[in-house]
Amino acid sequence: MAVQFSQETYRQFEEVLTHYPTKRAALLPTFWLAQEEFGYLSPEVMEYIAQLLDLSPAYVAAVASFYTMFDKEPKGKFHLQVCTNLSCTLVGAQQIVECLEQKLGIKLGETTPDGKFSLSEVECLGSCGTAPVLQLNTGDYYENLTPERVTQLVEELAKQA
Amino acid sequence: MAERVLLRHLDVPDIHKLDVYLAHGGYAAARKALTTLTPEQVTEQVKASNLRGRGGAGFVAGMKWGFLPKDSPKPVYLCCNADESEPGTFKDRAIIEWNTHILLEGILITAYAIKCHTAYIYIRGEFAFGARRLHEAIAEAYKAGFLGKNIFGTGFDLDVYVHRGAGAYICGEETGLIESLEGKRAYPRIKPPFPATYGLFGCPTIVNNVETLACVPSIIANGPEWFKSIGPEGSPGPKIYCVSGHVEKPGLYELPMGMPLRTVIYDYAGGIRGGKKLKAVMPGGSSFPVLTPDEIDVHMDFDSMRKINAFLGTAGIIVMDEDTCMVRALEIIDRFYHHESCGQCSPCREGTGWLHKLLLRLEEGNGRPEDIDLMDRIAGNMMGNTVCVLADAAAMPTQSFLSKFRDEFVAHVTLGRCPLKKNGTGHRQAA
Repeated sequence: MAVQFSQETYRQFEEVLTHYPTKRAALLPTFWLAQEEFGYLSPEVMEYIAQLLDLSPAYVAAVASFYTMFDKEPKGKFHLQVCTNLSCTLVGAQQIVECLEQKLGIKLGETTPDGKFSLSEVECLGSCGTAPVLQLNTGDYYENLTPERVTQLVEELAKQA
Repeated sequence: MAERVLLRHLDVPDIHKLDVYLAHGGYAAARKALTTLTPEQVTEQVKASNLRGRGGAGFVAGMKWGFLPKDSPKPVYLCCNADESEPGTFKDRAIIEWNTHILLEGILITAYAIKCHTAYIYIRGEFAFGARRLHEAIAEAYKAGFLGKNIFGTGFDLDVYVHRGAGAYICGEETGLIESLEGKRAYPRIKPPFPATYGLFGCPTIVNNVETLACVPSIIANGPEWFKSIGPEGSPGPKIYCVSGHVEKPGLYELPMGMPLRTVIYDYAGGIRGGKKLKAVMPGGSSFPVLTPDEIDVHMDFDSMRKINAFLGTAGIIVMDEDTCMVRALEIIDRFYHHESCGQCSPCREGTGWLHKLLLRLEEGNGRPEDIDLMDRIAGNMMGNTVCVLADAAAMPTQSFLSKFRDEFVAHVTLGRCPLKKNGTGHRQAA
């Protein structure tokens, strides 16, 4: 069965098209809508987007591959992304990573077997004054992290899952 | 200290909301510009204020606007560069999240000055909260008639759209940003032509940083002379200093441009954490040379920094104490540039990778004596040989670390391990 936007998302897509003089410029916003709706950008989703914007699937895939925040494969329900750039590392990001690896039983770049948690390291999140920091999925930041705080966060999220 | 302009939310809670912003004089500068000044007069005032670009390059904003062709039949675009991703920098995020309308007012005045009717705010994908704040503020501004058609009854129209990036540092480079906005991989363009003549969708385009645009309303409200009276005349205005790393009080400090780096670190950020000694400072994000403790009496403005072969950059001040391993610190920096190199130019794509590999080898205790000069040579061959300055941004810190902390790099080779038993950055391969 072919993938398709829900009615509401399609409405948002049509709105996005009005923001630009070319269809191609709507590509990144359309990726965001698709990732929100389908979870990640599968080859089928990219083909659908290509159709919507009159682009070739190869072009769409080439652009998607350039941007790290677009997932090309499924991630865990909770994707924890720890900044390990300089300011965060100076104040203990490594301990945060180690604590999460131990707590979740996975290494950086992996997903727990139950599909609940993924763990990644990312570059500077622009939160250096409240380092160390992590971002949950593509949303909230958790700042001024300590091993205790991330342990607590994982426990809270596990309950939600 | 004078009243804050850019971090005004610290003095006026909830100023990100339109009613609060209006109650504190918001949009009066825009009204003044649109109803009493011509676009040329606005540009003149901003040029006279000597406002210099806060994204890092320090180019005079009014002069940049002046590069737009006068007789082009094409539309003019304004792009607000909100792709703040320079390591150690978190100032634009604060403006976007907590002083949202001052940015929109700056965009409105600037758009009027450059005769632009469509502006895009290119915000990094990670700033989801900031993007939400912008959407809310833009909706408020449309409703109040500060955006949209016939603003202040002057017949001037402006639409503002938020465009989210998705995790690529290179989109902060202005032509990378433009390519990305057009729906492409963000490969920076060869310049010239500059965006002012051939930018977004092939049209005349101005790209300005968030903090730069946020300065504009205060210039129109108080006049260019007021702005020039803050800090040094050649590089004036209020400035947000971002302090992170080993200090007692990391955070944002809005102070006049040109503050001594020492004053920012010791008087405002509370000095080095735990009474330790200072070892090194990256004063303007990670893209420029590192400074040693005997260099921190420099004044933090574009011109004073250049005199000691340093750069103000974004004023992202990363402070490192005596326990910091400089090899590890540089390894993190070059890992970043390798990760963020767009891959378009070989010297950058390959050079950043080789630098990172050599640094890892040094850290693991397998460094060779010739590696240090090899890294210096690689960095030297990257500088100035690429389409954009990302290669230089990796080469400059690399060469400065190697020359200013050479002994520590040599010690890693001769000892086959880090000479600091315990260090603030902590080795991946713990000794």
